[in-house]
Amino acid sequence: MAGVGSACLLVALLTAVYAAAVSLYGVRTGNRAAVVSGRRAIYCMAALLIGATAILQSAFLRSDFSFKLVADGSSTDTPTFYKVTAMWATQDGSLLLWALLMSIFSSAVLFLTRRSLRAIAPYATAVLAGIAAFFLLLMIGWENPFTTLANPPIEGAGLNPLLRHPAMMIHPPMLYTGYVGFAIPFAFAIGALIARRTGADWIRATRRFALIAWTFLGMGIMLGALWSYSELGWGGYWAWDPVENASLMPWLIGTAFIHSIMVQEKRGMLKIWNVSLVIATFVLALLGTFLVRSGILDSIHAFGASTIGKQFLIFIGIVVAGSAVLVISRLDDLRSKARLDSLLSREAFFLANNLVLVGLCVVIFWGTFFPLISEALSGQEASVGPPWFNRLVTPLALVLVALSAIGPVLPWRMVSRGGIARSFRIPLAVTGLTLVVLLAFTDAADSPLSLVMFCLTALVLSVVGQEVVRGAAARRIVSGDAWPRALAQLIARNRRRYGGYLVHAGIAVLFLGVAASSAFQEQQDVRISPGDSFRAGGYDITYERATAAIGSDRAGTGAPISFGAILTARRGEESYELHPSRNFYPSQDVATGPIGRFFEGEATSEVDVRWGLRRDLWAAVRPDIGELEPAIREANTKFADSNDDVQALVIAALVKRYRDNPPPASFRVIDSPLVSWIWIGGAIVLLGATIAIWPSPETRLRRVTSIYAARLGKELSKA
Amino acid sequence: MDPRRKRKLRLFVALSAAVLLAGALIYTSFSASTQASTPSDLLASAEPGRSYELTGKVVSDSVDKRGERLTFEIRDRDGTAKVPVTYEGVVPDPFREGREVIVSGTLEKGKFVAERDSLITKCPSKFTKDDKST
Repeated sequence: MAGVGSACLLVALLTAVYAAAVSLYGVRTGNRAAVVSGRRAIYCMAALLIGATAILQSAFLRSDFSFKLVADGSSTDTPTFYKVTAMWATQDGSLLLWALLMSIFSSAVLFLTRRSLRAIAPYATAVLAGIAAFFLLLMIGWENPFTTLANPPIEGAGLNPLLRHPAMMIHPPMLYTGYVGFAIPFAFAIGALIARRTGADWIRATRRFALIAWTFLGMGIMLGALWSYSELGWGGYWAWDPVENASLMPWLIGTAFIHSIMVQEKRGMLKIWNVSLVIATFVLALLGTFLVRSGILDSIHAFGASTIGKQFLIFIGIVVAGSAVLVISRLDDLRSKARLDSLLSREAFFLANNLVLVGLCVVIFWGTFFPLISEALSGQEASVGPPWFNRLVTPLALVLVALSAIGPVLPWRMVSRGGIARSFRIPLAVTGLTLVVLLAFTDAADSPLSLVMFCLTALVLSVVGQEVVRGAAARRIVSGDAWPRALAQLIARNRRRYGGYLVHAGIAVLFLGVAASSAFQEQQDVRISPGDSFRAGGYDITYERATAAIGSDRAGTGAPISFGAILTARRGEESYELHPSRNFYPSQDVATGPIGRFFEGEATSEVDVRWGLRRDLWAAVRPDIGELEPAIREANTKFADSNDDVQALVIAALVKRYRDNPPPASFRVIDSPLVSWIWIGGAIVLLGATIAIWPSPETRLRRVTSIYAARLGKELSKA
Repeated sequence: MDPRRKRKLRLFVALSAAVLLAGALIYTSFSASTQASTPSDLLASAEPGRSYELTGKVVSDSVDKRGERLTFEIRDRDGTAKVPVTYEGVVPDPFREGREVIVSGTLEKGKFVAERDSLITKCPSKFTKDDKST
């Protein structure tokens, strides 16, 4: 079967090359049939890649260890969910996923634009086919996911335990969907530049794809943060790690892009800026992939150097150079007709928000690549840590949230003094009230920056609330509907606008959670024996007793042994139990001994979190198995030749020994206020983005009527 | 003000803001950075009080855990120069003897005193190609 998979990839590569060539030929010579053939070749490529993925997935499900990928990333005892998702835990598998998503997205956009954009779409087809060809070439030439092993092992190595978390398995496909999604507006922008059709047509055709890509990328980043918080045993959600930064940078520039294209649609301005942004977004998405794959920067994710870093760098070089030449050669077509009328207008605020977003991206870029920059300038490798990022990013983030409150309610072109007063009187009053309440009743003043963020959140929420209430009230007057119906109608008829408001509200809520949890969390690290107590934040915590289990870890990750603890937390009247534990996965290293290998392999924290709207209580445990070591060593020599059943009994005895005579264990407990609002904010953003993306009834109606009109025209012309 | 001059003024303000940001970026990053060194670099030329990022392999049989405090030795990736390290805080899951680690701190009287929670472990070879994302 592996042969068929490899053949699929090879044929897909040929199809991509054909699609690119025939589309270019068709548009140059005006041959419509060639253009159609190019488009259909993309559908064909998608079908081939779906086939290849199906072959690989079935190998994972059947645990066919003659596939190198399966032997390295799965095992018979890996739970089915993780077998299905193990594909993208490896480099070759991720490349296949990239190419698969790329071909599906390309097919979708080309299908939707098959009757429009005749001048641009063929070039876009060629660009998309070119990108797909690059990924296929990487797989065929260097990282073939269908590599087979001549002597398949009896058992696979299993999926890296750290990756056994539901969020972690959904996170990579989400990020890829985001990265790949931005390839669509990129390809159409390039097409528009080549064809010198630099109006807003390419934007209208791909706007929804940009929004979808933005949403997926954002959700991917959120899930990554959630994974970090609830799986990694350190208790944070963001560490300014190079790979986190790599996914944030295209998202920031993508955010700038989806704002500034509105200015081009409405006012015909910022054309150069928009094409530059979409090119930058795509290049940053490639760069993100490159960063992870090349291992040039030290990070927790740099799992050893890779073979395809150089190829990525060359491809990025080609994309950057080609795009730059194209933009410069089309500068005359990109000049704006309109000018900025006033600094107090929506477009001016969009521009300001763009500059802040790009500034943020520049800061993060500099910090991420600082080790390379420093080595080039001073010959010494040095790096900047999270405090540096926090210091520079925080003020920019504050400005950004402030802009997101003001911008959307300003009218295009310019605003009158009376207009400003009408829009901001109530929100400013609400913000002032919030400030007074916070100062009077909480200790928020201890962190001035957080206090500013709380007030800005209040400002954003009240502006959005006011807009929604005013809109619904106006609708009620016109239609006489009841409030809920008026509200639903209002949103349904202005999806982009109110979806956008909701996204702003969600982002503000998210920042509320970030500000509160980063400034006011209290963390405690202790090492205690059962029966002892300690204090963490507002909680009194007691280590009640140790737990130890075989073959039944709570998260269902397939870990044979897990040691844990039962803690009780008391805060005033409330009291509850926490069950943090630590899973131990067997080592493949024979030197650790037949019994020892079950204790000396990888171990991962299974964090327990008491989620709450007001505060989270987060707990992780690190059992000290040092005291078991003499017994393990003894068992290694004594039972080296015993059969599996006896060895299992010995392991069970060791586990019981830990439970009955537990040594002191290390705990980390964090009392973190409002941290849940980060995830709630993310959910609000998702809801808002979905509303904005969903086609509104009017556009569907318009599309249907235009199709009917076209058919009628055809009939009439025949007659 | 006539629109031409106004535009020029705006451009000037925008450019100065950009230059300011760039200046802040360069200044703060160079002053706040920590230098990456191997044990042999550190032994050859460590300034007391300066923060370093020490990278290397954990020496076999050097790891000792007493309560909260972890002590171990880091040696050059390919060499024998080694530095003793004392560390407190969270030990990453893949931390083992013989594995490559990164830890930040200062050299005090021949001992590397690590900052709390600064230990990072590079992943073991079994999962060389594994990756969490992107």
